[in-house]
Amino acid sequence: MSGRVLVGVKRVIDYAVKIRVKPDNSCVVTDGVKHSMNPFCEIAVEEAVKMKEKKLIKEVVVVSCGPQQVMETIRTALAMGADRGIHVEVTGKDYENLGPLQVSKIMAALAKKEEALLVILGKQAIDDDCNQTGQMTAALLDWPQGTFASELSMEGDKIKVVREIDGGLETVKINTPAVITADLRLNTPRYATLPNIMKAKKKKIANVKPADLGVDITSRLEVLRVDEPAQREAGVKVETVDDLMARLKEAGRI
Amino acid sequence: MALREGALRLNLLLNSRTFYKFNSSVGVRSLSDNVSSKPVTPSAPEIAGDHLIYTQEHFALKESLRKIIDQEINPHVEQWEAEGIFPAHKVFKTLGSAGFLGVNKPVEYGGLGLDYSYSVAVAEELGHIRCGGIPMAIGVQTDMTTPALARFGSAELKQEFLLPSIMGDKVACLGVSEVGAGSDVSSIMTKAVRKGDEYVINGGKMWTTNGTQADWICLLVNTSDGPPHRNKSLICVPMNLPGVQIARKIEKLGMWSSDTAEVFFDDVHVPCKNIIGQEGMGFTYQMLQFQEERLWAVANILTMMENVIQETIQYTRQRKIFKQPVLHHQSVHFRLAELQTEVELLRALLHSATALYIKGNDVTKLASMAKLKGGRLAREVGDSCLQFWGGMGFTSDVLVSRFYRDSRLMSIGGGADEVMLGIICKYMDTLPKK
Repeated sequence: MSGRVLVGVKRVIDYAVKIRVKPDNSCVVTDGVKHSMNPFCEIAVEEAVKMKEKKLIKEVVVVSCGPQQVMETIRTALAMGADRGIHVEVTGKDYENLGPLQVSKIMAALAKKEEALLVILGKQAIDDDCNQTGQMTAALLDWPQGTFASELSMEGDKIKVVREIDGGLETVKINTPAVITADLRLNTPRYATLPNIMKAKKKKIANVKPADLGVDITSRLEVLRVDEPAQREAGVKVETVDDLMARLKEAGRI
Repeated sequence: MALREGALRLNLLLNSRTFYKFNSSVGVRSLSDNVSSKPVTPSAPEIAGDHLIYTQEHFALKESLRKIIDQEINPHVEQWEAEGIFPAHKVFKTLGSAGFLGVNKPVEYGGLGLDYSYSVAVAEELGHIRCGGIPMAIGVQTDMTTPALARFGSAELKQEFLLPSIMGDKVACLGVSEVGAGSDVSSIMTKAVRKGDEYVINGGKMWTTNGTQADWICLLVNTSDGPPHRNKSLICVPMNLPGVQIARKIEKLGMWSSDTAEVFFDDVHVPCKNIIGQEGMGFTYQMLQFQEERLWAVANILTMMENVIQETIQYTRQRKIFKQPVLHHQSVHFRLAELQTEVELLRALLHSATALYIKGNDVTKLASMAKLKGGRLAREVGDSCLQFWGGMGFTSDVLVSRFYRDSRLMSIGGGADEVMLGIICKYMDTLPKK
C-alpha cells in the first residue's frame, strides 16, 4: 500500500451568503457570489494532514471537480498541508449537472489509479446536502466505509471509526483500503498560515478530464425547477381551545 | 488553532441528526427574504489577474486572516471594549503563529520577506475587526515599532527584540510622542545620557499604545545636544527595567479595547548596544517609515468604512419610517452613494501609492494625501451613517457608534491632518519661504 490518502474537496457558495434563486427558477445565483471550501471538506483535509504529521500516512492528494475556479479551493487545501492536487476539469452544463454519482465514479477511478489507502470526504456538501458521494464511492470500489466519523484511529491495517448516529456513537473497525466521511466533530481545521500559503504556490496541481479516467459523467437527472421555500406566514392567536380546534378543522389539519 | 466555538457555526447547517445544541454566534446561511443575495464583497474582482496589486496569494492571505478574525477576535470584541483592554499576548501569539505579524520582515527573523502590498492586504483585512482599537494595536506591533529595527538594527538586537515580536511572543510599543511634543517630534525632551557602557534615560512618553502590556518599547530619545533633527536615537528598552513606570492607563473617547499608557523613565539603565543603527539617526529612521505607517492606516479604515456603509444599508432597508424603509428616501440612498464613491476614490489612491511604493518610489506626498483623506472621510461616513441609524445609532449596541468614536482618532494620531497638509504643501511648493 502506498500510504497515500485521497481527499475530495468541493467548492461551494460560502455558508454566510444569503442564497438567491434566479428569476427563471432554473438554479441558484452563483455569479459574483462568494465561494469557499465546503466546511466538511475542510475537516477532511485537516484529518488527512494530521495523519501525515503523525506519520501514519505518507502523502495527501487533494482532488476537486469543476471549472478553473476550483483551483482556488485546491490551493487552500495545499496551504493547509496537502502535498499535491488533482483538478478534474468539468465545465459548463456538465458542471451544472455534476452530482454525487459522477463524482464518486471519478473518485473511485482516481483511488484505483493513485493506489490510495484511504479516501476521505466531507460527509455532505452544504449546497446540495446529498450525503451520498462517500457511500457511492465505497460501493463502486467495493471498499468498507466509515461514514459520519467523529474519531479515527489506525490500528495496524485496520481503522477504528467512531460514528455519530441517531442513537449516539457507534464504533466500527474496518479494513483498509476504505472510504471515510468526516463529520463536524472529527477535528477543528487549521488556519492556512501565511508561510504555507506561499509554499502552496510551488505544489503541483495535475489537470485531468473525466474521459481520461474512463468516466462517463452524463447525468441521469434533470433539474426541472428551483424554488425558494414558501414565505413564512404570520401566525394567528386564538382565545380558547375550542377556537383552536375549530381553526385547525377549518384548515383541514385535523 | 480555532476554538471549538468556531466550528459551532456549522451546527446550524446540520440536519436533525445532530443531538448537541449549540448557540451560533455567526450568521446562518439563510434563504432570501426580500434582500439581495449580494454579500458584502469588496470591489476586488474574482479573477485575481485583473487586480492592480493583489494576486491569488494576497486573496488567500486575506481569507485565512479573516477566519482568524471571525473565530478568535470578533467574538470577544464586545467584552474587551467593555474591559478597556484586550489580551495582546494571546492575540499576537495567534497572529504570529499564523505568520501575519512579519509579512514584510526579513525571513531570518521569522518574517516572510514579502513586499509591502502584502502588508496592505493584511491591514485591509484587519478592518473587519469590529473595533478600531485592536487593529491599531496590531499595526503598532507590525509597522510602527519594528521597521527601523528590521532595517538598521544589529543582528543581536534583532534576535532579542525583532524575532519574538514577529512570532508574537513579545508585545512592542512605540515611545515617540510626549506630553509636550506630539506633532512636533523634534521637541521631545526625553534624554539618554551615555555613562560608560550604558545609556541612562530620563523622561516620559505619552499615547503609548499597548503600553500597559508591552515587553519592550522602541524609544526615541535625545542622545546629544546637537541640532534637533540629528541628535536623536532609537533605543530598544525592555519595559521591566527598574525605573520604567507605567503611570496610568488613559481613558479615551474611543479605541477602548486598546490600552494607552503614559510611561515615565526614571534613571533607566540600558546597554548601549540596544541602540538601533547609528546614534543621531533616530529622527531620520522614524521619518523613513512614515509612508508605510500612513498607508497602513488608510488600508485599515477603508474596510471599516465599507462595513459601516453596508450595515447602514441593511439597517435602513428594514427599518420603516412613514410606512416605507428609511433606505427608500432619496436623501439616504444618494448620500450613501456619495460616501461609497469617495471610499472607492480613496481605495484607488491607496492601491496606486502602494503599487508605486513597491517599485521603489517615494510616495510621501500620496501617502500623506491618503491619510488626510482617510481621516476626514471616516468622520463623514461615521457622521452621516450615525444619523441614518437614528436613535439606535446613538446606542452602544451597534457598530456605527463605536466606529464614530474610534475613527475620530485618525485625523489626530499617526500624523495630524495639519501635519499632512504641511507635507503636501511642501511638495506643492506653496509654503512661505523662510
